[in-house]
Amino acid sequence: MSSVMDLCVNGAAHRVSAEAEKSLLLVLRDDPALTGAKIGCGEGECGTCTVVVDNEVCRACITPVGAVTGKRIRTVEGLEEHGQLHPLQQAFLECGALQCGYCTSGMLRAAWALLQRNPALTELEIIAHMQGNVCRCGCYPRIVRAIQQASRHLEASAALEVPR
Amino acid sequence: MSEERDTRTRPGPEPGAGQSGGGQRPLAPESDAPKIGDWLHIDTDGLITVYTGKVEVGQNIRTSLAQVVAEELCDSIDRVKLVMGDTDLTPFDPGTFGSRTSSIMAPHLRTVAASTRELLRELAARQWQVPREELCAAGGSILHPASGRSAGYGTLTKGQKINEHYNEDAPVTPPDRRTTANALRVGGRALVTGEHQYVTDLTVPGMLAGSLLRPPAFGATLRSVDTMAAEAMPDVLVVREGDFIGVVAPDASTAAGAISAVREEWHRHEEASGEDLYSYLRTHPAEPPVEDTGSLVVGRAAADLTLDTTYTAAYIAHAPPEARAAVAEWSGEKLTLWTGTQRPFGVRGELALAFDIPEEQIRVIVPDTGAAYGGKHTGDAAVEAARLARAVRKPVKVVWTREEEFAQAYVRPAGVIDVASAVRSDGSLIAWEFHNYNAGAAGIRTPYAVPNQRVAIHPTKSPLREGSYRALAATVNHFARETHMDELACALELDPLALRLRNIRESRLWAVLEAAASRFGWGMRPATDGRGVGIACGTEKNSFVATCAEVAVDPASNRVTVGRVVQAFECGTIINPDAVLLQNEGAIIQGLGGALFEEIRSGNGTILSDRLSRYRVPRFADVPKIEVVLLDRRDLPSAGAGETPIVGIAPAVGNAIFDATGVRLRSLPLVSHDSGFAV
Repeated sequence: MSSVMDLCVNGAAHRVSAEAEKSLLLVLRDDPALTGAKIGCGEGECGTCTVVVDNEVCRACITPVGAVTGKRIRTVEGLEEHGQLHPLQQAFLECGALQCGYCTSGMLRAAWALLQRNPALTELEIIAHMQGNVCRCGCYPRIVRAIQQASRHLEASAALEVPR
Repeated sequence: MSEERDTRTRPGPEPGAGQSGGGQRPLAPESDAPKIGDWLHIDTDGLITVYTGKVEVGQNIRTSLAQVVAEELCDSIDRVKLVMGDTDLTPFDPGTFGSRTSSIMAPHLRTVAASTRELLRELAARQWQVPREELCAAGGSILHPASGRSAGYGTLTKGQKINEHYNEDAPVTPPDRRTTANALRVGGRALVTGEHQYVTDLTVPGMLAGSLLRPPAFGATLRSVDTMAAEAMPDVLVVREGDFIGVVAPDASTAAGAISAVREEWHRHEEASGEDLYSYLRTHPAEPPVEDTGSLVVGRAAADLTLDTTYTAAYIAHAPPEARAAVAEWSGEKLTLWTGTQRPFGVRGELALAFDIPEEQIRVIVPDTGAAYGGKHTGDAAVEAARLARAVRKPVKVVWTREEEFAQAYVRPAGVIDVASAVRSDGSLIAWEFHNYNAGAAGIRTPYAVPNQRVAIHPTKSPLREGSYRALAATVNHFARETHMDELACALELDPLALRLRNIRESRLWAVLEAAASRFGWGMRPATDGRGVGIACGTEKNSFVATCAEVAVDPASNRVTVGRVVQAFECGTIINPDAVLLQNEGAIIQGLGGALFEEIRSGNGTILSDRLSRYRVPRFADVPKIEVVLLDRRDLPSAGAGETPIVGIAPAVGNAIFDATGVRLRSLPLVSHDSGFAV
């Protein structure tokens, strides 16, 4: 049975009509038409569907939409502000941390959640945190480098005081 | 091994072979479009649009091709836009595979752009009544320094299609004056903002979602089917055309629910799998193509040592991040089809055949795609979406599930390789016999100088659906050959590097080996328990690679950790060094998966590794410290960089494991999942 639910996505309210068990991923892609989070493996193993829910990493493909109503959902589309790329997005481009780009939005959101918690990161902390995100093209070393670069940038500018 | 795949994957005429004198004459563009305007357009504002049937699947050719055109037209890269993989807009192209973009398409577009530049000079010369020689091109304009006059390209062409033929002898920038530049990725911004629409993200008005009934095993045929329950579901349409059974619904979840409500029975054939697979492959060969050089008998008679060994490689999957997908829209007898494929024109042909309509009525469009790795040659999802869309008279999108992607797509061939070699005590090879069962032809010829050889391919009726792969059989053939070389070195008590160098006559292969060994510090390693080093080299598609690996093996569990990889790579003139580095890093990491743990398991034709939780791929923590050394050969034409960098890692790691433990592993994957290897 479909029900009407209120979602808060990237700071904006969205009223959606869906079955409560339908995955957050499909709801986001269907109704607000936010297709940045991608369809990957369907079992939470690849991380290409990663969004952030109340500052925690969330695999949207195995999360029922009914479980996240009223929570703050953040997708890759919310990273850029006023036409200005987030330091993570900028770092991914500058470090060449992507090939086909299909996993990138999940990588960015997973990394963002990590930087929220702890902006001063060691390489091992990044690797441990990002282990659930697969880049089949094999950009892992560049992604680690990009996260470190963004981390330095954010530390320097203390931009984390205004979380997006 | 299907005939079709064999044709596609056989290495073509090697671009640049025999051109080491610096000849840069481009090869035929594999298309009969002779006009500049077929390939390149300049609008009234001087913006340059390039049309190529190549597709972007992550290898970053959208950038490297734009770089080449920008250089010849003396303009900045952000003034060049590429239209790629659109059968209505781009000239014919056989496909994006076989490392043909940098070797064939890039020099071709360079020629077209240089022809355009010369034409623009000619136009300006006529307009200003000055000799052409006094004019130069810079910053998107033709300049006449003597008088200070200038005219933008767009002003000169007035935005009209350029109907002049391009000139194959147009003067292109000589190799030693070409810019090698790390351009920021073209189209990168849309990828980091989530704005780019992959096929899986596309919608067209009125579009419905399709789902297909899938056979449980390779070659299974339908015995009976009951679709009544699915037909009774609201908003669901069932489409049946022979064994093709699909459903169409307003959204993907409803379509998936409807297809699972279909009840059916299948007729299945017995297919080899598991332990029986390799003996099956060896005992079911078709007629083998054999290539003989000299006499094995003569060679063996002169040998101080002979060595016979057998290697095997498992089926592996591409597991592209974006599964196969297509959106089909019919308008009368005209079909527009968006799909992620390496062969847009090939898929157009498949569709024409499937629906018996002329190719001119079909437009295939390939948006930049979520990777391929050789896995997206065919148009499976395209034909399915088009068939459903035609039946329900509405646009239909089909997105394969991850299970479909693993179980229905084709896999890299498994193979058995028997190697018999004969050497003199100084390490020189005098006989080489190489029998390849089912793995395929790419990279099968040894790059070492051996006077007496027999190289034979034995294709098999495969128990699983097989197809192309990144560098294809070159991965498996290099594993067998380079492991065998290591075994010879061990048997002769020679250094593995020295043994290779003794048998190499090709200076480019020698150069990458030396470069990799020198950066790695080969031979300077202190002996440590449980640590080992390995080396391997090879060549394919006119580029050269050498790989050194250092591994640590836990003595209790036999768990293998690859700690460091150094790879040297040479592909002629480098266009974009950072893109070539990235291809090397990515190939090493992807190759580590096939080397260590990737394996498609099957039972009687059914693929059991049918989801990511059952198919281990490399993740962050698997990545070693990687150093890549690029050799830039300005005297040689560019070759591709997406494939060859994958062939060295598996044998280098296997040889390093032997160095660490004394255990010789001759089967890929070397390690079973995370549990170490069996002794």
